[in-house]
Amino acid sequence: MQENIVLTEATYYILLSLYNPQHGYGIMQAVEAMSGGRVRLAAGTLYGALNAMVEKHWIVQLPVTDGSRKKNYQLTDKGLQVLTGELNRLRELVKNGETVLGGPQKWLTE
Amino acid sequence: MADRMTVRKWFWVWDFEKEERWLNEMAMQGWALVGVGFCTYHFEKTEPGAYTIRLEMHDQDEGYLAFMRETGAEYLGRVVKWIYFRKRSELGQFDLFSDLDSRINHLKNIRRMVGLVGILNLGIGLMNSFNASHFGWVNLLCCALLMYGCGVFKGKIDYLENERALRE
Repeated sequence: MQENIVLTEATYYILLSLYNPQHGYGIMQAVEAMSGGRVRLAAGTLYGALNAMVEKHWIVQLPVTDGSRKKNYQLTDKGLQVLTGELNRLRELVKNGETVLGGPQKWLTE
Repeated sequence: MADRMTVRKWFWVWDFEKEERWLNEMAMQGWALVGVGFCTYHFEKTEPGAYTIRLEMHDQDEGYLAFMRETGAEYLGRVVKWIYFRKRSELGQFDLFSDLDSRINHLKNIRRMVGLVGILNLGIGLMNSFNASHFGWVNLLCCALLMYGCGVFKGKIDYLENERALRE
């Protein structure tokens, strides 16, 4: 069983966007698009997060191909495990929130 | 009217946010930063607000500069440990940090550096106080000033860490 890791919003979205190989600027664009423009990763924050995640083996840096000098990253099995763990945690949060506040219909229409 | 201008200006290291604000005010007036030196800022005439300027303390790291260029930022230069970037405003919002963790981390790195130089000055100052040199007080004064700087950074870090306890 994986220990309970609570991801930050930035970490969650970065891992999600690395399900397929992606380079730094591509991650920023993917995260902004996925969140409907709400989450904007700043370059310095992203760079630090990528390095930390490579160290933790949640993602790997792919070998640089001849054509492009951009560094591509991809999710590892370990990263996928962390990500699915977080997804389950988020489901729990939403379920409990909806239960206490009376289901999605009630608070959505208010 | 000249299209280049050099301004000499001093900022304390704990006023780096003020420095950045000033550089962006200059950019709003149509003077975009184009190069830096010790207490020296070189500007070029541009359309008002054409660029956003950002600066941060960062170790020498070619990989980081390449990464920044990839995102559309232009690297302007380095003064000791500080690096300066600008990005065309039409390319979108430009920030270096987007969450509290990375902001706190940046401030802690600066505080560590200021503290280190402060302790160094304390050592040199004490050494020079006990020998023939009459300039030990200069280092002790520097040390006191840098310790004040550490205090300023502690305040900034404490504020953000309080916020961090409740949100990202």
